[in-house]
Amino acid sequence: MELLTFYCFAVLAVASGLVVVLQRRAVYSALALIVCFGSMAILFFQLGAQFIGAIQIIVYAGAIMVLFLFVVMLLDPQTELFGRNQLKGLTAVGIPLALLFFIVLASRIEQTVPGQPGSTGVSLVGNTKQIAQLLFKDYLLPFELTSILILIAVIGAVVLAKRPE
Amino acid sequence: MVPTTHYLILGAILFVIGALGVVVKRNMITMFMCVELMLNAVNLTFLAFSRMLGQVDGQIFVFFVMTVAAAEAAVGLSLIVVLSRRRKSLDVDQVDQMKW
Repeated sequence: MELLTFYCFAVLAVASGLVVVLQRRAVYSALALIVCFGSMAILFFQLGAQFIGAIQIIVYAGAIMVLFLFVVMLLDPQTELFGRNQLKGLTAVGIPLALLFFIVLASRIEQTVPGQPGSTGVSLVGNTKQIAQLLFKDYLLPFELTSILILIAVIGAVVLAKRPE
Repeated sequence: MVPTTHYLILGAILFVIGALGVVVKRNMITMFMCVELMLNAVNLTFLAFSRMLGQVDGQIFVFFVMTVAAAEAAVGLSLIVVLSRRRKSLDVDQVDQMKW
């Protein structure tokens, strides 16, 4: 059952990921990416990361992708369609290179994981409390720095996107 | 229980799809989306290892990756808006000067 769920959502994620790359129109790519993030959130739940799965849906599929869709629709729809690229052989070179990259990665995976994992310490009921304790004790400084980073990003976005007078 | 290797292979597939998109696509926004896809593939790998090792530290890292991705999306998209306003195009091949 668990394996079946995994395969269903893994296939969905890979298929929608391919749609993101193959689709000409940026709007459809964005929508496919939302599907991809949603199915990956299911996989996160399955991995026992309930908090991260919820964050994935709220922040990624919700906030970031809405931002993407907003920008796609804000810009001129005419500019998102251009058929010919200047480097013609790019696709022909890119796909074999990507396959080669995958083969290298996959061969490393076989060497890295030592056998099957045993029973794990991560509880399947919910580890949000554990995350919170770790986040606010051991990782407190990085957490605070993150808030400064977000603040800088917000200010930067406002300054950049401001229409020049 | 699904073996960790399956998750790692899936993460590798998604990462490669994202990398292919960055190389092949010429639309700035789509390239940016492919970068997000790559980040998410790495997150999946982090979580798979977190479960294998029985530690929640991997999930904390994913949390940080997500915050940085949110900041990056905000700044990157506003850069794209500014660029497309000036160049009237989203083609990356058009953006070959550092200054104009």
